[in-house]
Amino acid sequence: MLTVSHVARRFPGGVEALRDASLRLSEADFVALLGPSGCGKSTLLRLIAGLDQPDDGRLVWDDRPPAPGDIGYVFQDATLLPWATAEDNVFLPLRLRGVPRDRALPDVHAMLRRVGLQGFEQARPRQLSGGMRMRVSIARALVTKPRLLLMDEPFAALDEFTRHKLQADLLEVWRQAGCTVVFVTHSIYEAAFLAHRIVLMTPRPGRIDREIASTLDAGPETRLDPAYAALVATIARGMEAALG
Amino acid sequence: MKFAPFLFGLLALALWEAAVRIGDVPVYELPGPIAIVGAFVADPVGLLQALASTLFVTFTALLVAAILSLAMAIAMSASRLAQAAIQPWAVALQVTPLPAIAPLIIIWVGEPFIALVVCATIVAFFPLFANTATGLASAPPELNDLFRLYGASRWRTMALLRLPAALPYFLSGLRISGGLALVGAVVAELVAGSGGFASGLAYRILEASFRLEMPRMFAALVLLALAGIVLNFGLGALGQAILRRRQ
Repeated sequence: MLTVSHVARRFPGGVEALRDASLRLSEADFVALLGPSGCGKSTLLRLIAGLDQPDDGRLVWDDRPPAPGDIGYVFQDATLLPWATAEDNVFLPLRLRGVPRDRALPDVHAMLRRVGLQGFEQARPRQLSGGMRMRVSIARALVTKPRLLLMDEPFAALDEFTRHKLQADLLEVWRQAGCTVVFVTHSIYEAAFLAHRIVLMTPRPGRIDREIASTLDAGPETRLDPAYAALVATIARGMEAALG
Repeated sequence: MKFAPFLFGLLALALWEAAVRIGDVPVYELPGPIAIVGAFVADPVGLLQALASTLFVTFTALLVAAILSLAMAIAMSASRLAQAAIQPWAVALQVTPLPAIAPLIIIWVGEPFIALVVCATIVAFFPLFANTATGLASAPPELNDLFRLYGASRWRTMALLRLPAALPYFLSGLRISGGLALVGAVVAELVAGSGGFASGLAYRILEASFRLEMPRMFAALVLLALAGIVLNFGLGALGQAILRRRQ
């Protein structure tokens, strides 16, 4: 789908966020970008989204460059429009693409149902819990049926119970949607639970240190599975090596 | 508790009346509240007409300031060139004292009503402009990124993100500017009144002071203060109602 080749990004003031980072994304991948804070994970995500440009290296799409709506983005905060209902927030990407409201609403309602928010269509963000707001944000990112879903530590600010529930629900949604997901996290447990490819990054300037493949098919019992514990240990050892 | 300010006001008025009576203070130095009420009752139509004239200037200026500030803040938010061109002039306008330029404006404009509106608009403009400009820049960068990601044009981002984000700031500026528009209208009327224009409440104050009619002067002042209070609370309530409806 996308090849990221030797990209580097340096910010004004001399901060070198990324150096020589390379990554290949394939259809229906679930990739976790794992690394300490400030290692350039979010910068790499922004480069993939086209929200920023690399100073060196390049990003090459296999078939065609992404059109608006081909990429969904979920930020660390839900970043909803506070004055709009859940329905209007999910409708937003379609509205920006010029889809009439009456044609969009069936998809919007289906997406809200898929993330478990049936009955909350008319709720404003302040009437929803942190987890529910994040569900709206995920529904908004998926409503355009993107080829690529980029998630920047979306569950980092949530409590552990909500996080576990949302991780399981995200996997369910991803299996149905069939898109490629790049999930930025600094939690080894989260990366091990969610991803089939765990990409470890070094501290700043961020580089891809190594990649760990997972064959876990996460479900309700996965966290009790010895294979999960073994994967967590493997990632932790890899992360220690990456941190030097 | 709710009536405490009202009761305190009544007590202060009673003490004031008692003090001028016991001290036998001449009415041309300090009239008591009863004399002031008497002056109002003697010519309520004249004073209320003058108040209406001042308020008409105030609301017209507030409307003009709101339209101008919104247009200029949007232009500034959309273009760095516009920002560089507008901002210094807006600041210059804010720091120039109105009494210093009001005579010039009155001479240049000629038509008294328009001259008063221009003066009051100058005073009311800056808080609205500064607040709206801040509000237009207040949307989180992530939401701006999201609009970019979905290919939203600059004007669509303005209409669907920046303007709604600026609404609470604009309403807060409107409340501040409401009071300032009244002050601007009064100051302009004082300058214009000394030049012979006779209609607003400030002119009635000037006229009363020339004739040493202190109770009438105080009555006009009280009307002005009440108008300012009502304007402030009214615009505050309007802002809250709009935001509550939106939320």
